[in-house]
Amino acid sequence: MKTLTKAATTGLLFGVGGVYLALVGLLEMMQARPIVFGAVNLGQAVLALLALACGAVAARDAGPAFARAGAGLLGGLLAGALMALLQVIVATVPLQGMFIAASPALRNMLAFGFAPGPGALAMLLGGGIGGLAGAVLAVSVPSLRRAIVAGAAAVVIAGVFQELIQLMIQYEGIIGWIRDFVYTWQGLRPQGAVAIFVIAGGTSLVLSHRSSAGHVPSPDQRRRRRFISAGVALLVLVLMPLLAGAYIGEVLMLVGLYILMGMGLNLEVGLAGLLDLGFVAFFAVGAYTTALLMSGSSIGLLHLSYWEAMPIAVLVSILGGVLFGLPVLGVRGDYLAVATLGLGEIVRIVVLSDFAAPLLGGPQGVLDIPKPSIGSFELGSPVKLFYLTLVCAGVAAFIAWRLENSRLGRAWEALRDDEDVAQALGVNLIRSKLLAYGLGAAFAGLGGSIFATMLGSVYPSSFQLLISINVLALIIVGGMGSLPGVVLGAIALIGLPELLREFGEYRYLFYGAALIVMMRWKPEGLWPSEVRSRELHAAAGEAEPVAAMEPG
Amino acid sequence: MAEASLLLCRRLTRRFGGIAALTDLDLEVASGAIHSIIGPNGAGKTTVFNCITQNLSPTSGEVWFRSDRIDGLTPDRVAAAGISRTYQNIRLFRNITAIENLLVGMHLHVHSHWWGAVLGTPHTKREEARAHAEALKLLHFIDLAGRGDLLARNLAYGEQRRLEIGRALATRPKLLLLDEPTAGMNPHETSRMMAFIQRVRAEFDITILLIEHQMRVVMGMSDRVTVLDHGAKIAEGTPPEVQGDPAVIEAYLGVKSAAPTAARDHAASLLGAAASER
Amino acid sequence: MSAGPLAIPSVAARRGAARMSAVSLALWTVRFLVVALVVAGTIGTILKDRYTTAQWFEFVLFGLTIGSLYAQVALGYTMVYGVLRLINFAHGDIMMCGAFAGYFVATPLENSGFLEVHPVLGMAAILAAGMVVSGVIAVLTERIAYRPFRRVQGFAPLICAFGVSFFLEQTFRGLFGSSVKSYPAPKWEGVEFHWAGLSVPGVDLLVIVLAVAFMAVLYLIVQKTRMGMAMRAVSEDGEAAALMGVDVGKVIVFTFALGGAMAGIAGVFYAFLFKQVYFYMGFTPGIKAFGGAVLGGIGSVPGAMLGGFFLGLVESVGPSLFLDGIGIKAPYELRDVIAYTLMILVLVFRPQGILGEHMAKKRA
Repeated sequence: MKTLTKAATTGLLFGVGGVYLALVGLLEMMQARPIVFGAVNLGQAVLALLALACGAVAARDAGPAFARAGAGLLGGLLAGALMALLQVIVATVPLQGMFIAASPALRNMLAFGFAPGPGALAMLLGGGIGGLAGAVLAVSVPSLRRAIVAGAAAVVIAGVFQELIQLMIQYEGIIGWIRDFVYTWQGLRPQGAVAIFVIAGGTSLVLSHRSSAGHVPSPDQRRRRRFISAGVALLVLVLMPLLAGAYIGEVLMLVGLYILMGMGLNLEVGLAGLLDLGFVAFFAVGAYTTALLMSGSSIGLLHLSYWEAMPIAVLVSILGGVLFGLPVLGVRGDYLAVATLGLGEIVRIVVLSDFAAPLLGGPQGVLDIPKPSIGSFELGSPVKLFYLTLVCAGVAAFIAWRLENSRLGRAWEALRDDEDVAQALGVNLIRSKLLAYGLGAAFAGLGGSIFATMLGSVYPSSFQLLISINVLALIIVGGMGSLPGVVLGAIALIGLPELLREFGEYRYLFYGAALIVMMRWKPEGLWPSEVRSRELHAAAGEAEPVAAMEPG
Repeated sequence: MAEASLLLCRRLTRRFGGIAALTDLDLEVASGAIHSIIGPNGAGKTTVFNCITQNLSPTSGEVWFRSDRIDGLTPDRVAAAGISRTYQNIRLFRNITAIENLLVGMHLHVHSHWWGAVLGTPHTKREEARAHAEALKLLHFIDLAGRGDLLARNLAYGEQRRLEIGRALATRPKLLLLDEPTAGMNPHETSRMMAFIQRVRAEFDITILLIEHQMRVVMGMSDRVTVLDHGAKIAEGTPPEVQGDPAVIEAYLGVKSAAPTAARDHAASLLGAAASER
Repeated sequence: MSAGPLAIPSVAARRGAARMSAVSLALWTVRFLVVALVVAGTIGTILKDRYTTAQWFEFVLFGLTIGSLYAQVALGYTMVYGVLRLINFAHGDIMMCGAFAGYFVATPLENSGFLEVHPVLGMAAILAAGMVVSGVIAVLTERIAYRPFRRVQGFAPLICAFGVSFFLEQTFRGLFGSSVKSYPAPKWEGVEFHWAGLSVPGVDLLVIVLAVAFMAVLYLIVQKTRMGMAMRAVSEDGEAAALMGVDVGKVIVFTFALGGAMAGIAGVFYAFLFKQVYFYMGFTPGIKAFGGAVLGGIGSVPGAMLGGFFLGLVESVGPSLFLDGIGIKAPYELRDVIAYTLMILVLVFRPQGILGEHMAKKRA
């Protein structure tokens, strides 16, 4: 009975999830992204995934195998029933006046192209089969399950990112032959999909076979492996724009900017525990300072070159950070978040207003900012600027890493955990906090400075609260206080949505869900910061006799 | 002000709203002593600590430490002057390792700039290495050698207590304030903690001001005892003097002067038993 | 960080510096500047004599109207903060949900002419829709997003609340589109009352009167009913209340429902005032209402009402009164700056607010 109830609730929940995806417009949009040419699109893949997951969840802890299968079937059927119901309702009631996504196209998709009646039946059946398959998958041998999941994931990734991947493999000869075997410009070829599935699944099988042979990586090995993967990621980052062209260069440029800002906010939030939602203000200060110093337009002040303007912009940002931090020094926790949010908004509104327009250009902003150049070599294109950003982000990461392991970094971590105790141990709160704001602002200001020269103009609408939220979200998803986490978070939250551009308007829906899900299930982030091992490290390295104070 | 006294509180008063948590307390702690403050729950013991370390600013009164007035300073300056403390409900930095907790404690004695750390200057490296060596020694002293790389929150209860004391010692205090260091311990652990505290005094040559709830604990090792009740001092003296004081017995057992003598005898025997344990 | 050891011979020598640190100096400067600005602006405005009495009256009336909405939303913040010590950042978006619900009821009613003929019934239906939808969504957010964090300290709950806020906004955007929808405007709404040369728009009056009435009802619920008393007990001391047999879980759900319903009403009114609905509409009023709640003293129900009204008034009168006088062009653009500044000043200088004494200490 309990199993039954659980299976039913699971089915209904997944059904509601499916209805939600449909009505919010995501399914229909996903339908436009093919995975396998002429056979499977992303929308269908997601529906299938829902059914499978529903079956697997419903079957969990359901006891014997047949009971699990039954639970999966029931769950899948119920989820399918809800979707079918939605389809029939959309077919009979004109809903589109209210729910804009409830279009005939959606109905058509949910009915798999059939009329409402048979379509509903098909959905019900599909749900049931999917649920059953999910349940079977859940009870199958782990290594097999992993192989199937890996294969399917590889196919989906290869299909969804086909444009990007194909752009990167525009070569003749053997690579070209493989490309033509696997891809058309409308997605994977069926034979390509099968090949990828087999290769990925097979690799997974082999790997899981090897790891089940009792080989457990030591922490040291794990760390080395992580470093290697980080190095590979960096290499990919460096080579990517060369391989994949200008568009990817632009995306990566953006990712780089966010990494830079993420490093800064990570000092404030991740290390010092100062939840700052007005971070965008520093970005704006850097951008506007650069713009005003460089611009050739009438409100430009000095017409400096970029290399002169940038350090000044960073300094002004630091000053901004300190001035910003001063009033809120005594404000803690949640209140600090709201206070800084207010400060950031104030900056934006003032910049936008007529009051400040003579100085800052009002809503039109500051135009005509030249590009930086080294000698006669102009860093004109986004790809060239991307390398500038990458260098800056590297420097920022280095500084952040050094700071993290310093006296100041420890003081920050202490005041993140317990401000009063830190102070009672001699940590100067004012100094530490202002340094956190100032240094964090420096990184953001640097980012703003690059941003200004990249766009060639700055206007207030570029400095929305959403930027602060983006940066905060990326360091949370990546892992608070973790430097590799910042990179990972920026790629996942900034890079991916840019590559899936048609989903751009759903980006913040995804962010919202990601924040909730991360906080609830993985608050330490995708790549948590590591516990530093200082005692052992010293015992091995600097071998200090410890007998001097030996008691007794 | 007597030459030998390290800490002197004069007419120290602290009010919360209309309620006085501490009224006109005079307290003198002699240099090198283990001085205990005891009293029933809610007697204002922790408030005394908070007012000394300036976590709370006293409503009125003065606090003198080594011929300087320290009330009105910020807590970090009090720490710099040479006072360090622990907390009744352990307040470690839970999300960093044990050794990093000690290193934070040494904040005042690591002389490096943030930009030195960024540039990796030899001076900074030297300072870090020195701090590190000292932290290792401390780790050893508090009997946590080999546990230093664990996150503080993953340590056992007794270890956390010792780590907190170690962290306080890392500031190189002249005066160490311990707030119920034996809270939540069984008798065996308690006596070990008491031995540890005495070792701390001997090893570091410091003065200790100790808060205790159980009178039994302090009688054995205190040079002097101050008894608080309802935010006021009701008795002070050597342990034998204090435990014979009727006001103390009354405060602890709520015995009115008209109460049955049996209860009073019982109380006296409790206190006496503690003394004879010495 | 500091280079030398701080154990310089005499601590007393630095006493003066410690008493009046650079920071408190800066803070005093801020206070002084704000007061000077307000005084100078007010004097300047009075000397210029640019606005007529009728205009001032209009400012005040609008301030009270918008303030009544802030007050309603602030109630939700304050009550949730009371029982959970959580800033329910998504509360402004809960208000938006109510506005949408009202819109989908109001539009057919308007089209069929029902709203013209039966204004009271129509209005009641619209309000009921707003209340129910907002209340239900508030309860759902609690169930799905906040419940796992009941005993969690630190950022997690607040960040989750941001997530909820985004999720709600973007869901409504996906469901109903990103366009601004215009709210129906029945004829009776345009009625104006004239009195002693001053004109009072009927809709303002309606909003203020109804808002005050609903808030009075809420106040009675909190003061008189069993559930309300349980809620106050949990606000005071959750653990003690639980020991006394109060079902804390139930109280929390009740609190969200009550706050949500209130926000739903505010959403409907807000839409009636500004004649439009869009998915982002809850954000700014939400922040400001939180400011109102803090201003009044977070955790205090009367404080939230007072704070909301006050914030609305300052925001409405402030630009003309303070900013015009010091020669700022287009001061009305900066009214949000005034509201945010007021909020930050309260957070910095008096986090316990006007009426709250004990709450702020526990967290802030």
